[in-house]
Amino acid sequence: MKRAGFDTLSLPVLLLLPQLVIIAVFFYWPTIVALQSSFYLQDPFGFGSTFVGLQNYADLFSSREYRKIAWFTVTFSILVTFFSLAIALVLAVKADKVLRGAKTYRTLLMWVYAVAPPVAGFIAVIMFNQSWGPLTEFFGVFGHTYMVGVNFNDTAFAMILASVWKQVPVNFIFFLSGLQSIPRSVREAAMIDNRSATSRFWDVTFPLLAPTGFFLLIINITYSLFDTFGIVDTVVKGEPGNNPMTLVYKVYVDGFRGNDLGGSSAQSVILMVLVLALTIFQFRLIERRIHYT
Amino acid sequence: MRKVKLSAVIDHGVLILGSLFMMLPLLMLLQMTTIPDTEIIRTGPSLTVGDQFDDNFNKAMFEASGFSGENTGLSMLKNSFILGIGFAVGKIVIGMMAAYAIVYFRLRFATFAFWLIFTTLLLPLEVRILPSYEVVQWLGMLNTYQGLIIPLIASATATFFFRQFFRSVPEELVEAARIDGAGPVKFFIDILVPLSRTMIAAMFIIMFVYGWNQYLWPTMITTDEDMYTLVRGIKQIVQVLEGAVVPEFGRSNVLALIAVIPPVLVVVFFQSWFVKGLTESDK
Repeated sequence: MKRAGFDTLSLPVLLLLPQLVIIAVFFYWPTIVALQSSFYLQDPFGFGSTFVGLQNYADLFSSREYRKIAWFTVTFSILVTFFSLAIALVLAVKADKVLRGAKTYRTLLMWVYAVAPPVAGFIAVIMFNQSWGPLTEFFGVFGHTYMVGVNFNDTAFAMILASVWKQVPVNFIFFLSGLQSIPRSVREAAMIDNRSATSRFWDVTFPLLAPTGFFLLIINITYSLFDTFGIVDTVVKGEPGNNPMTLVYKVYVDGFRGNDLGGSSAQSVILMVLVLALTIFQFRLIERRIHYT
Repeated sequence: MRKVKLSAVIDHGVLILGSLFMMLPLLMLLQMTTIPDTEIIRTGPSLTVGDQFDDNFNKAMFEASGFSGENTGLSMLKNSFILGIGFAVGKIVIGMMAAYAIVYFRLRFATFAFWLIFTTLLLPLEVRILPSYEVVQWLGMLNTYQGLIIPLIASATATFFFRQFFRSVPEELVEAARIDGAGPVKFFIDILVPLSRTMIAAMFIIMFVYGWNQYLWPTMITTDEDMYTLVRGIKQIVQVLEGAVVPEFGRSNVLALIAVIPPVLVVVFFQSWFVKGLTESDK
């Protein structure tokens, strides 16, 4: 609050009201319902529900399918995060360096930010079309018959590729702005002290980018967990079957299609705990980030 | 001298490769909108530009698909704009008001309100998607624009962003305004809002793209085909393509392209605002 603020009471209450009402109805209420129904077993025909304690959670943790999906989600998140960060970092370092065409490169490398995840998934589906997809033909050269939606690994690869493609721009923008905020004097001092560009990068630039990198790490993990829903849904073409899927997709499939409200809510709560842990971790990093800059 | 040149060649080479990686999928999509469906089934995308774009475009935009016959590209485009703009405006207006109340007023429950609001930053909509659906259903807001937009606003990103900005506005400004006899409403409208213009623009771009690209929530909330947005329609497109004898790639590719163009144009044309909004809102 500002030292020299206003003292009226009714106006600020009025100003806060819309925000508070919306979050009460569409944030707190659903969150509480999710917590609550994770302890209940819903009758499949909608005739009431019974309290079952932690049964829903126990069922999940003992379910082979759930463990498999959790495992896939972890692998998927690590791969998407790693590749989109690595590709973006290389591109940002180069874009920061070149003089000619810098602005054009920047535009060409960041516009995909605006592409919706399901459209990215749709493009992947086209590129991997069974009979004429350019990437299917590419893999065909190496003797591999690529089958999205049939072969587990093929489908997973298409998802990862689309997710990385969609995420590179965000990372690129942050890395580039991080690079550009490194003071000229620091760069010049490094130039004088160290002639090798490679070791200059690892000894000076990379540590200075570390706060941005940590921050992006969390952003990317959250992205892989949640925002890739549209990619997963389009790549599996709405047919989960034996296809790879992420935890968020499973919440949707079980709750919305399978009508297993209790199980789906328990899954939601697990995700809540996961994302809370990530966010708290992120806030602590931001505190540290202030010391860097 | 030669060494310097070589490294420049490598730099540009890497950037060109990166740009191609980003561009090629869209160029492929673009090429496929210019050829007839029968050619796609035979050969797939190629390097030649056909003359079927007008045909495909008309089919996608004006001919109805789906069961109800109300689901044209044009109606989806309209819904996408309503969602994108409605979400962005709603979020900015509500966020600015709340941030103003928190930063500029002496309120006893300000800290409490602050925590209530900022807890929403911790959990994305995806983790409470089913109960949110039930709440919206209970309120009778399925297949309405309110039901589509308002639950998405229930996260305090804009409030947080404007709070940070208002706190950086010099104290002297509000002191001077008070001495000159300006009340809180006048100060907000005549001084603070004009001062936040760049911030509002930056936030609008981010939020417009975010709203436009929503997928999971519209998929659940809108079942009437005349309420579909372009991005939500993609799901149906994929499913229709799967089952068809002669899949209408022309139509679907045009729709995918139209779903991409408005947010991309916004991001490209207002690049500096967009980058500013993105890098500052997430800090």
